[in-house]
Amino acid sequence: MSEWTDRVAALVAAHDPATTDRAAFLRARFDAGLAWVHFPEGLGGLAAPREAQREVDAALSAAGAPDNDPRRIGIGLGMAAPTILAHGTADQRRRFLRPLWTGEEVWCQLFSEPGAGSDLAALATRARRDGDDWVVTGQKVWTSSAHNARWAILLGRTDPDVPKHAGLTYFVCDMTAPGVDVRPLRQITGEAEFNEVFLSEVRVPDTDRLGDVGDGWRVARTTLMNERVAIGGRPVPREGGMVGVVARTWRDNPDRRTPDLHDRLVALWVRAEALRLAGIRLRTGSPGPEGSAMKLAFAGIAQALSGLEVELLAEDGLRYDDWTERRPAHVDYLGRGAGYRYLRAKGNSIEGGTSEILRTIIAERVLGLPAEPRADKDLPWKDLPR
Amino acid sequence: MTEPDLRYSEVEEDLRSSVRALLTARAGAGLWRELVGLGVTSLPVPEGLGGQGAGYREVAVVAEELGASVAPVPFLGSAVLATAALLHAGDTPEVRLALSGTPVLAVPLSSWGAVVGVRGLTGSIRSVADAAAADRFLVPADNGLYLVEAADVRVSPVPSLDETRPVADLEFSAAPGTRLAGLDAVRRALLVGAGILASEQVGVAQWCLDTTVAYVRQRVQFGRPVGSFQAVKHRLADLWQELVLARAAARNAADALTTGVDTAVAVSLAQSLCATVAVRAAEECVQLHGGIGMTWEHPAHRYLKRAKANEIALGTPGMHRATLAPLIDLLG
Repeated sequence: MSEWTDRVAALVAAHDPATTDRAAFLRARFDAGLAWVHFPEGLGGLAAPREAQREVDAALSAAGAPDNDPRRIGIGLGMAAPTILAHGTADQRRRFLRPLWTGEEVWCQLFSEPGAGSDLAALATRARRDGDDWVVTGQKVWTSSAHNARWAILLGRTDPDVPKHAGLTYFVCDMTAPGVDVRPLRQITGEAEFNEVFLSEVRVPDTDRLGDVGDGWRVARTTLMNERVAIGGRPVPREGGMVGVVARTWRDNPDRRTPDLHDRLVALWVRAEALRLAGIRLRTGSPGPEGSAMKLAFAGIAQALSGLEVELLAEDGLRYDDWTERRPAHVDYLGRGAGYRYLRAKGNSIEGGTSEILRTIIAERVLGLPAEPRADKDLPWKDLPR
Repeated sequence: MTEPDLRYSEVEEDLRSSVRALLTARAGAGLWRELVGLGVTSLPVPEGLGGQGAGYREVAVVAEELGASVAPVPFLGSAVLATAALLHAGDTPEVRLALSGTPVLAVPLSSWGAVVGVRGLTGSIRSVADAAAADRFLVPADNGLYLVEAADVRVSPVPSLDETRPVADLEFSAAPGTRLAGLDAVRRALLVGAGILASEQVGVAQWCLDTTVAYVRQRVQFGRPVGSFQAVKHRLADLWQELVLARAAARNAADALTTGVDTAVAVSLAQSLCATVAVRAAEECVQLHGGIGMTWEHPAHRYLKRAKANEIALGTPGMHRATLAPLIDLLG
């Protein structure tokens, strides 16, 4: 018995998971500080070490408690929450974090634009001050969960007359506000997991600004660091991800094995397991540039494994399970066919920072190599070629 | 399965600092004696047998530092391989005698899997690492492990790919020897050696990366540091990523050797990855140094030779994948 299991026992005693409504239980768990124990007291945490969370989760799971379906609310948990915690006002933290964590309010991320992918800081969505509000107009893309979201974290341009990084401001945007138009974006898998979001004169109250005017890039960096950790650093058991799926396909298909595929598979199993172990090392510290290595390695391994599985399946590798334009709430690698996994994994080296951008980040921030000469650094944003 | 401890403890970091300080201050003939004096050559030996009573996690930290300096000391052949075999043999007067000196395991450095010894302590064993430093040899012979005085063995050093860990050929003609243990002691030694070697490989790779990064930051061509070119930066970023994976795998092997949990998987996992990463790091080091990297004067070649020799040592990456496959239920 530890302090953590004692606290879980007290929570479960006061709110029996078998008879308590799911949302009510999750709210009680948040209020008991057991949502994310490393968060401050009063905001779902106990200012405890991150490692204690595992013990809490295990004890709650053993008690039959419902979880907050983290896959459905990954953007809120992984990106919005750490940013709100780091840069939000006391009111914003109190208002947003509880329903975010319980899943009662889904979050999405309005960052990327058709003209600003890797060069995110060049984004063009305009936010103009109007009294106590900001009026936002622009187009965002690659927005997962936008069609289910109550809130968005939004990066907008508040000053076009200064260099691109200096003219950005970070907002929380109400996805039910007038002028927000969400449209599905179909991908190479056939699904429309993402959206395009058109913003036309959307009014955002100044009280929903996160951080200072013009300080949006610094705030966004908190989000992006956490995104990379969220993508590459989840705790998983051995063979917990793509490697487990491909290993099972291998075990189920003894007649299709070749020496070439065998050596490649074992080598990839090794890399996947080493990545899992590196994740264990990373989780014992706080998110830093090492998260970039996790994501970079994850993308390469997932792509190589999913490609190998299609080859292994031979004549079955020629088929595809379903080209229907579905609207999944989260990516389901395991429930789909090998062809889907292969195609979807192509996004791993593009979404959340392309592998090329990650290599540049590692080279400059981890290794301390000199930056590329940059033509756009000191020019006002409005004078940049587009 | 509980999670392994893959961090470096404070004690381990202190150990690293003292080894590094010694390696920076000393070079050449007195180094091995200084390392013995510091106690880092007897870390896994119980205090009752005259050692430090530490574990393989600590041995691995020393191996990292020795790899980072490609120090020409018989650490692998003696303090790792021979010591592991002796500790497996149990507490006897002969084992105590051997532990008090510089014993060396008499197997080809490339050994992995089945070891065929000499018969009747007559015959030869090729490419034995650190043999020149030995006062006694642990010799696989007639299905057992024998203790043989170095004076009773003909030791012929040969030109070695890695001159910082030279190999020699041994010849026995009806040498007198004492049986210490069965061949399982040799298998244990190879397992420990392969696991610790992974940390040495991480040390080699880290030196190569650090040295290359420092060089491309100050080397100017076309009016720019060459380290500002994306083609160079991205290669080094990839190498750093490989090192993140290799370090996790090597730490895991050291932890598994200490806890005894999942050891065979952890060791072959680490060897199949770290050997390759060290070679790649050393090859990148030579390439990204350009012409100076090809000179005898620059130290890069010593790391390349150590990395390449280590790739063969105690099983190639391919052999370790072959070992691993049935252990993880991925049969060919």
